[in-house]
Amino acid sequence: MSRDHILHRVRTALGRSAGQAVAEAPPPRILIPRVEMDARVASMLARVEALAGEALETANPCAFVAAAIAGKTAVASNAPYLAECGITSLPGVRSGITDRDQLRDACAAADIGITSADYALADTGTLVMLASPHETRLISLLPPQHIAVVPRGRILTGLDELFSILPNPAEQTSSMVLITGPSRTADIEQILVRGVHGPGHITVVVAP
Amino acid sequence: MSTEFDQKVHGTLGDANLQFAIYTATGRLKEKRVETVATDVLPDYQELRTQANAIKKHSIENLDHYLEEFERNLTAHGGRVVYCKDGTEVADFILSLAKERGAHLIVKSKSMTTEEIDLNERLEHQGLESVETDLGEYILQLAHQRPYHIVAPALHMTRYEVADLFERRLHVPNETVPEKQTALARSVLRQKFLSADIGISGANFLVADSGAVVIVENEGNARLTTSAPKIHIAIAGIEKVIPRSQDLATFLKLLARSATGQLLSVYTSFLSGPRRESEIDGPDEFYVVLLDNGRTRLLPDKGKRQSLFCIRCGACLNTCPVYRKIGGHSFPWVYSGPIGAILTPQFMGVQHEPALPFASSLCGACGEVCPVKIDIPKILLELRSDVKKTETREKQNRLEKLAFRGFAWLMTHPRIYEMAGQLARSLGPPSFNAGPLGAWLSQRDLPPLPARSFREMWRRR
Repeated sequence: MSRDHILHRVRTALGRSAGQAVAEAPPPRILIPRVEMDARVASMLARVEALAGEALETANPCAFVAAAIAGKTAVASNAPYLAECGITSLPGVRSGITDRDQLRDACAAADIGITSADYALADTGTLVMLASPHETRLISLLPPQHIAVVPRGRILTGLDELFSILPNPAEQTSSMVLITGPSRTADIEQILVRGVHGPGHITVVVAP
Repeated sequence: MSTEFDQKVHGTLGDANLQFAIYTATGRLKEKRVETVATDVLPDYQELRTQANAIKKHSIENLDHYLEEFERNLTAHGGRVVYCKDGTEVADFILSLAKERGAHLIVKSKSMTTEEIDLNERLEHQGLESVETDLGEYILQLAHQRPYHIVAPALHMTRYEVADLFERRLHVPNETVPEKQTALARSVLRQKFLSADIGISGANFLVADSGAVVIVENEGNARLTTSAPKIHIAIAGIEKVIPRSQDLATFLKLLARSATGQLLSVYTSFLSGPRRESEIDGPDEFYVVLLDNGRTRLLPDKGKRQSLFCIRCGACLNTCPVYRKIGGHSFPWVYSGPIGAILTPQFMGVQHEPALPFASSLCGACGEVCPVKIDIPKILLELRSDVKKTETREKQNRLEKLAFRGFAWLMTHPRIYEMAGQLARSLGPPSFNAGPLGAWLSQRDLPPLPARSFREMWRRR
């Protein structure tokens, strides 16, 4: 194919030769502010609400999720934290799926997707989801509503802290997704519409 | 100026509804950007721009090194890199893969790079169905139009036009409420996502040290495109590579703010290879097409190669007084506004697009808002000079040359200059309806002549 042709053109244009060493890249700019956990939680909740998401802190996430389900159907991820909270054994909740096709059908039919999150970013109200045996790509994506239950200790200050903890996310997962608010568009006359292809409703539950 | 460009410009200027649409949409995007980069919300905005510029400069200067590093790391995670010279090679690769896998339906998320090579048309000519899934792009695909703006592709269309389009193409009742129009598109496209064989995305960044593709979006269509089908193909220009994941801490803070005035886009996907064995969902096959399509032509010039730093935020369009009047479809290629005015002539050759570098007032606003500090005004000037150099002796405008020589003579003879000024004031404002000056003035206003010249005022002070 054109691999050698293109690399040759690039090198010729830049005056470089194959395998030539490169000067050191400018150091990455990583600045982590010191923010107390209470302030992080407050910022997390405020940011999610500013994006028209729902956000709350509760000592009993299971009771909150049970009330939110209220007869609807839900798919929950295999995150151990959800099981510890008792959420996976709530009526109406399907969990423990490990087959891709089954997961897809379940997510396409469910009203609510329930996940935890590997991290959250306080300064932007963001959930950080790493694909793993515990978390999938589709549970936070296909159902029209997404509920994420996050232990408060996982709330980081922001992007800089995330990339200092995970300098190379590819070592852990094939997919890291940052979720900041409900799915939205303004493609028609700049009018904001929520819930295009992803969930239009997002609830962030901060738990102990 | 080319007549086609002129006609499109005049068509846009004469359409009051379109003028209103462009002006309000770009105005809103512009305001939101200003709010999110303000000193009280982002005190280190200028430092971030400087850092982003330094990283891009370093990446482009060592492009071959980072492309190979990207390739090595992606391959180690089970992905495959495919280098392509142009659109024909991209289409050939996808067609042969589709044939081998028995694939027919492709879902696509928004990508300016695929617009460059008319990918949908190429694939559909060969019998594949390729569906755009970003709402704006879906509308444009149904209308057979190209994007009007880098981040707001259907900026020029009203909800009533969308209603008529959906009625005609999707055979649904005429629906003019954007929320309901969106729900309609969602339900049509949801079926496509769930039955598609291949997902094709673009890429906002390629990360060398991780072998990862980073995609930024708001709707969720890029996530669905890259996680529902069994095959994911990302198509990226070779200039998109950056050294490290940690550099994203800089770029992600700038991109969404500059584009739409969000702190972060709703979804940022960081994808490195097919799903791992223990993961429950995700594609089985993962390809990254690294496309040249003219980019290597921009590399030899040390100054102008910074055009390749662009992260496609569209901030220069929203702030440009020319774009805000002439709109996106006046531009001859997929990239419009100031960045289009410097990219298109360099990709195509200045002799083919000589009008574009002149479609600017050189006010400098584009350079000021650029998150990666591309010196667009300077490149516009250099391209103007390149255009003049490529013009043959016969083509060079003798009259223009003579006029500038006369102007130079006048400006170096102050007494005569003053007399000419007095004469002009006593005769009243000149009118130039015809001839070369008339054409020039059809898009510009002459300032009124003052009652007294500055020199006179200075003497009487």
